[in-house]
Amino acid sequence: MLPEIWFFLWGLLWAVYFMLDGFDLGAGTLMPFLAKNDEEKRYVINAAGPFWDGNEVWLIAAGGVTFAAFPQVYATMFSGLYTALMLLLFGLIIRAVSFEFRSKLTGKGWRKLWDTCQFVGSVVPAVLLGVAFANIFQGLPIDSQGIVRGGILDLINPYGLAGGILFLVLFLVHGAIWLAIRTSGPLHERAAHTAVYLWPVQVFAILGFLAMSAATTDLFANYLQTPALFLVLLVPVLGLIAARVYMGTEQWWKAWACSAAVIVGCAFFGIIGLFPRLLPSTINPAYSLTTANASSSDLTLSIMLGVTLVFIPIVIFYQAWTYKNFAHRMDEDDLAYEEAY
Amino acid sequence: MEEALLLSRLQFAAATMFHFLFVPVTLGLSLLVAIYETKYVRTGDETWLRMTKFWGKIFLILFAVGVVTGITLEFQFGTNWSRYSAYVGDIFGSLLAIEATAAFFLESTFIGVWVFGWKKLSKKAHMMVMWLVFLGSNLSAIWIILANGFMQNPVGYVMRNGRAELADFGAVLTNSFAWQQFFHTIAGAYMLSAMFVMGISAYHLLRKQHIDFFTRSFKMALPLGLIAALFLAGQGHIHGNEVAHKQPAKLAAMESHWETSKPAAMHLLVIPDEENERNLVEAIRIPSLLSLLAFNDPSAEVKGLLDYPKEDRPPVAITFYSFRIMVGLGGLFILLMGAAWLYRNRLTEKPWLLRSLIWAIPLPFIAIQAGWVVAEVGRQPWIVYGMMRTADAHSPAVVPGQIWFSMIVMCALYAVLGLAGFGLTAHYARKGPENHKS
Repeated sequence: MLPEIWFFLWGLLWAVYFMLDGFDLGAGTLMPFLAKNDEEKRYVINAAGPFWDGNEVWLIAAGGVTFAAFPQVYATMFSGLYTALMLLLFGLIIRAVSFEFRSKLTGKGWRKLWDTCQFVGSVVPAVLLGVAFANIFQGLPIDSQGIVRGGILDLINPYGLAGGILFLVLFLVHGAIWLAIRTSGPLHERAAHTAVYLWPVQVFAILGFLAMSAATTDLFANYLQTPALFLVLLVPVLGLIAARVYMGTEQWWKAWACSAAVIVGCAFFGIIGLFPRLLPSTINPAYSLTTANASSSDLTLSIMLGVTLVFIPIVIFYQAWTYKNFAHRMDEDDLAYEEAY
Repeated sequence: MEEALLLSRLQFAAATMFHFLFVPVTLGLSLLVAIYETKYVRTGDETWLRMTKFWGKIFLILFAVGVVTGITLEFQFGTNWSRYSAYVGDIFGSLLAIEATAAFFLESTFIGVWVFGWKKLSKKAHMMVMWLVFLGSNLSAIWIILANGFMQNPVGYVMRNGRAELADFGAVLTNSFAWQQFFHTIAGAYMLSAMFVMGISAYHLLRKQHIDFFTRSFKMALPLGLIAALFLAGQGHIHGNEVAHKQPAKLAAMESHWETSKPAAMHLLVIPDEENERNLVEAIRIPSLLSLLAFNDPSAEVKGLLDYPKEDRPPVAITFYSFRIMVGLGGLFILLMGAAWLYRNRLTEKPWLLRSLIWAIPLPFIAIQAGWVVAEVGRQPWIVYGMMRTADAHSPAVVPGQIWFSMIVMCALYAVLGLAGFGLTAHYARKGPENHKS
């Protein structure tokens, strides 16, 4: 029972990470296209400013929980995706310091350098996360020792790339909506239009990914076995439709919540399809890492469960508080103090 | 040595050492900034506010680099050390996961609130946020060092299913070796932060600018630095006793002590000759001193390196010299702090002291790095002491080409980060506080 609970908590932590960091990665990717001058760039950066750091810790938590609850998965996953993960981390590093360094000096070249880092550091993680998870959904060449036989080039296959595109598009829509929430004037208009224009692309990307999943993976096996699970897919589908409706009526917060539901729903589509495998093996199904053969001891799992049940609600509480306090529409006042970069 | 193993070790060493150039200063600076801000809230005196902002800005720059370089460390256990991760993940992984949920969230969430909250929050609430950042970052240190403490002195586990599984969580949490390490690390970090603030303050005091501002900054940091420096010496001795009991081979390497002796003497001047398993120079012999220092007993037996099979000995020269650098600098810090305390009310009349303090800024960084080298290199050849060898721990799936690639990119990236981080710090430190802001 404990390993199964942890399987879903594992999926949930990754999904929450995609949902939260998704919008600031999306906003960072959109920055060069939406922001026309230095001030608009600062608006884009400050839109994510108070939140991105706390959002990124969900990645640390997801990684940490993978390590704690499924050590063999942690070992296989990150050594098997070695180069992809390193590139992801380097992307996140240059993005993170670009928030802090960008406005610390006034030179043009200096700003340009960190603006480039903000963009590259946003787009690279978005795509790589998609590529990595699509490859996990489809299975990795894991041998009997729990070792992935294959390098980064093996990750670049049609389904993996489709995952990369899917994540990028999901994050772009999410980020555009976020910018529409937090900005006003021409920048707001551009962000709003971008969200609306990207919406059909998002629909197409999701449908394409689902079709490819049916064709090249066995993710649907669980669904066919227990058709009630198809109801879960209503979350992303309804979220998608509702997001478009709210965009039309300019209810940006609601649109953002729906977009978040789409991201979590897409992630859970894969998580449910994987169960009880965390990393399916393409070499031999018996080599797959599952809740049964990859989890930690019951003692560790129950201690971790206690820790999670105590601390995660506290984290959600104070993070929600920061959103409540700092997610207002920005005006000139918000750029007035120089500490905010 | 196998290439992938060597590369993984180098990469991990580079990543950790770089990370730990930035972390200690933020551990202590968050405390000082919180104190400065509390002073401001209590007195309403604008100078305290300017101090909060000035030191806060430097804190934020260094914090940013420290945090991002920590992320790569967590994942390197999986990328480069997959066999280690699978072997001890049941225990080690849970400590890292708890660190993220119980501490790292706290500091990372509230640092954003602190930066953006000057106008949104009441003065008191804003000050509390800085205390939360301090609490989060220092709690982080506890969990990380408990994890490292398990590598140094594994406790509370049982071998089952071909791996170490948790048997007694209480034992892991109360691992005395880990707590000794924690106290040593945190005191070292506070001392470094204090000297950092005092050094930058000395720079301006020497130039007779912003005298009030930097005198106050200096005087707030001074007691922290003085207490930490004295504490480090005393607690370092207790920590050394712990090493003597739990990791006798490390102790022998720290002292380049080759032959088991009872009682064991200590030589004040030693030059190790690792190749020939002896010391090239041994001079100024003090009888029984090593027994006394290691076991608080002048007649205790101290085991020598020759009694360990060669493959179980840590690298002697690196451990030995690093230990001496750490201890030597530690002594120097006590002298500097003592002098600063003596002349604390006449600072501007003592340019030699101010100048020494400026020159001393890099020294605690070196001392801390050396201390960790003693701890980690001295632990070799074990990744988990007495339990798993480093050579058995790295990822079989990862080939040298992959590590070369990531290491070169990482080093280039970190070089830029280091230049930018320390460059900006120097820039703002030299510029001094801004006058008008409120």
